[in-house]
Amino acid sequence: MLAYAARRIALMIPTLLGVALITFFMLRVVPGDIVEVKMRSDGGYVTQELLASERARLGLDRPLVTQFGDWMQGLVTLDLGTSMWTGRPVAEEIGVRIGLTVQVALMAAVIAVLIAVPLGTISALFRDTWIDYVARIFTIAGLAVPSFWLGMLIILGLLTVFHWSPPVTYTPFFESPLKNISQLIWPALAVGYRYAAVVARMVRSSIIEVMKEDYIRTARAKGVFERMVVARHAMRNALLPAITVIGLEFAFLIGGLVVTEQVFNLNGIGRLFVEAVSRSDFILVQALVMLLAVVFVSMNLIVDMLYGVLDPRVRHG
Amino acid sequence: MTDHINSRNFSRRTALALPALGFSALSLPGHARAQGDGPPRRGGTLTYAVAAEPPTYDLHATSTFAVMHRVAPHYSTLLRYEAHNYPNVVGDVAESWTAADDRLSYTFKLHSNIRFHDGTPLTSEDVKASYDRLRAPPEGVVSNRLPSFQQIAAIETPDPLTVVFRMKAVDASIMDTFSSPWNSIFSAARLRADPNFPARNVMGSGPFRFVEHVAGSHWAGERFDGYFRDGHPYLDGFRAITMSPSAMVNALSGRQIMAEFRGFTPNERDRIVRALGEDSLVQESSWMLHMILTFNTKQKPFDDARVRRALSLAIDRWGGSQNLSRISQLGQVGGLVRPGSSWSATPEEMQKWPGYGRDMVANRAEAKRLLREAGHENLTFTLLDRNHQPYVTAGIFLIDQWRQIGVRVEHQQAELSAWYAAQGSGNFSALVDSFTQFSDDPTNVLVKYISSDRAEINVSGSTDRELDRLFDQQASTVDPVARKALVRQFETRLFDESYAVPILWWQRIVVMNRRVRGWTMAPTHMIYQDLGDVWLSA
Repeated sequence: MLAYAARRIALMIPTLLGVALITFFMLRVVPGDIVEVKMRSDGGYVTQELLASERARLGLDRPLVTQFGDWMQGLVTLDLGTSMWTGRPVAEEIGVRIGLTVQVALMAAVIAVLIAVPLGTISALFRDTWIDYVARIFTIAGLAVPSFWLGMLIILGLLTVFHWSPPVTYTPFFESPLKNISQLIWPALAVGYRYAAVVARMVRSSIIEVMKEDYIRTARAKGVFERMVVARHAMRNALLPAITVIGLEFAFLIGGLVVTEQVFNLNGIGRLFVEAVSRSDFILVQALVMLLAVVFVSMNLIVDMLYGVLDPRVRHG
Repeated sequence: MTDHINSRNFSRRTALALPALGFSALSLPGHARAQGDGPPRRGGTLTYAVAAEPPTYDLHATSTFAVMHRVAPHYSTLLRYEAHNYPNVVGDVAESWTAADDRLSYTFKLHSNIRFHDGTPLTSEDVKASYDRLRAPPEGVVSNRLPSFQQIAAIETPDPLTVVFRMKAVDASIMDTFSSPWNSIFSAARLRADPNFPARNVMGSGPFRFVEHVAGSHWAGERFDGYFRDGHPYLDGFRAITMSPSAMVNALSGRQIMAEFRGFTPNERDRIVRALGEDSLVQESSWMLHMILTFNTKQKPFDDARVRRALSLAIDRWGGSQNLSRISQLGQVGGLVRPGSSWSATPEEMQKWPGYGRDMVANRAEAKRLLREAGHENLTFTLLDRNHQPYVTAGIFLIDQWRQIGVRVEHQQAELSAWYAAQGSGNFSALVDSFTQFSDDPTNVLVKYISSDRAEINVSGSTDRELDRLFDQQASTVDPVARKALVRQFETRLFDESYAVPILWWQRIVVMNRRVRGWTMAPTHMIYQDLGDVWLSA
C-alpha cells in the first residue's frame, strides 16, 4: 500500500509541472495588463513612463523564461510570490480565504452524503415505484437547478419571510459557532443540493448494478437478511464509484463556488480567482491554479487510497 | 450647489410607482440636508459596502473609490468641500488662507491642535512633504494626478503653522486641487523614513484610526479621540465590507449593512426600498461621471471627421436619457461638464451641437448624408465595450441607434484588463469609455479631451492644438464668465471634430438605512467620505 502511495505521489510531480508550464504561458498570451487596470481605473492620470516603471517594479519587463524560472524556484521553496494587485504575499491572500472555502465544501459534502446515500439506496431498492420517481425528480431537479440560482432563492426567501439575510463577513467557527453556521449553512445547502443529486444518482445506479451480481444472489440463497445483503454486500461495492464522485466534487468546490460566493458574499477562493483573472494578477492566478491542481491530484490520490481500503482487489492488484 | 440633489422617504407605494415617474421627476431640485435632522448622537459602528478591493492604501497613487471609501476617514486634507454645500470650499487642516491679488501665491494658516494618530503634531512640514510627494514623487512613488500640480513652483514653510504655495502661473482650478480628497496629508517623518509608507500603512490625522484590513472581507476603523474637531467624529467606528453589487442589495435589504456610497441602479433602489420600507432613505443626484463614445482616430474610417460626426449625430441622447434612466444608472444629457453644474451648457446651447438636436429624423438624414459623402454608406465595425453595467446597456443603445442609419456594429464585451489592453495598444475601432472626477472644475474634466500627446488619458489618439489652446486659456482664466465662454468654445470645437463624445451622464442613486445621518450627498462619490459628520440614530 505504501509503495502504491509513493508511486502515485511521484506521478503527481510531472502532472503539476505540466499544469505550471501551461498556466504560466497561457496567461501571458491572454490580453490584459494589471498595471493599466491598477493605475487607470476611475480616471487615473498616468503616463506611459509611469506605467513602464510600475511594470518594471513588478518584474513584468523581464524575459518570460526568467519570470518562469523565478516562479518555479519560488514554488520549490513554497514561496508563492506577491499579489501584483494588493502587494501582499499570495500565501496570505489564500490563507485568509481557504478556511471559509474548505468549511463550505466540507459542509456541502456532509449534506450531500447525508442526503445522497440513503436517497440513492432507497431509490434503487424501490426501483420504478412512486418512491423511486419522487427521489429521481428530486435528484434531476438538483442537477438542473444551478447552485447560485438556488442560493438567490434562499436569500430572497429569507428576506421575504424573515426580513433577514445571512451575515456578510466571515466569523471563524471557534470564535462564534452560531454566527459561523448562520452564514455558511445557506451556501452549503445551495451547493450541497446539487452535490447530493450527483452522488445520489451514482449511488442509485451502482446499487442497481450490484444487486444483479452473483454474490448478492448467493448471499440471499444463504438466507442472509435482505437488510444485511444491502448493507454488507451491496453498499460496500456500490459506494466505490460514489466515492470517486464525492472526491472530485469536493475538489471542484474548492475553486468552483465562484458565483455562489458572489451571491452569498463569501470571501472564498472562487471569488478570489475571478478577481485575480479580471485584474490579470498573473502571480495570484498561477498560485490559485497550482493550488487547485494540488487539491484535485490529492483528492484523486485519497480516493484511490480509499478504493484500496474498501476493495482488496485494488490493494493487492 | 445643491441642484439635482433629491433626498426623500419612499413608501412602498411610491417605490412601486418609481419606474413610471421617470427621470424628470427624480431630478427635481431638492434639499441636500434632509437627513441631518436633530442633534447628532454619539456611538455606534457604521457598516457599509464597498464593491472592490483596494490596490493600495495610498490616496496619492490611485483614483479608485475602492481606496477612497475605505481610506478617507483616516486622513485630513488642506481644504475640503463644505458639507451640504458643494462646491463651497472650507478649511480642513487649514484654519484660514489668503490668495495674493495676482493669484501667484497662496498662504495657509493651519490649526494648531492637529495630531496624527501616533500622537505627533501636524505641521506645515507635513503639508509640504505631502504636496512635494504629489508634485515631484521620489523614485518608486506613484503620483496619480501630476498635471494638477504643474503650476506650483515652490512650497515654503515660514513657521510650523504656515504654508505658502508659490505658483508659476495662474491656475484657475487650484482651489479644487487644495480641496481634493485625494491630496491627503501624510506625516513628513514617516515619508522621510519610507517614501512609500502610505502604500501599505495607514497613519493620518483624520477622524478615525485604522484598525484592520482583512483582504477580501472588510476594513475597520475606530474613533480617533485626538481628532482636532471638537466632538467629532460621532461614530465609535466604521466597518467597510467588501461585496459584489448583487450581494449589497440583499445585505442592505436584510439590514446586514447600513449604506453603500457609490450608487445603485433604479431597479436595485426599488428592491431595497420595498424591503426596508420606512427605514430606507434614498438620495439622488446627477453624477460627475459620464459615458463616452471614443473613436480610434488613427484607424480608418475614424480618421475622417465626417464619419465620427455622423455616428454622433445618429444617437438620440434625449430619448435615450428618458428610457435608459429607468433601467440603468445612465441619466442626463450633457456636454463635457456635468449638466446642472455652474459650468454646463444650457439645453438650448446643447441642441446646437451635432447629435444633441431633438429632431432625430433630420439628425439621421444628415448622418446618412455625411456617411455617403465620406464613402462609408454601408459602414460596419466593432464596438469595444466592458462586460459590466451600465457599459453594456450603453453599447446596446448605441448599436441600435446606428442600425437606424444603416450602420452594422458588432458588440465586443471585454474584461476590464482586456479593455485597457486594447486602449493601450490602440487595437480598437470605437470604444465605450467613461470618465469621472471629484470636481466640476473644467480643467479637471476637459483634460480627457485634449491632444493625446499631452494627456494619455485621451485614448482616441487625436491631436488638436486648437483644443489644447482653449484648454490652456481656460485653465488660467479666473473670471468665471470668460472661463465659461471658453469652455463653450472648447465643447463646440470638440463636437465638430467628435474624436470622443459624451453619450449620457450617470445618475447617482444612494440608498441607505434611515439610521445613517449627517452624511452629505454630492454629485461625486469621491468626496464627503471621511465620515466625520456621520452619526447613527437610535
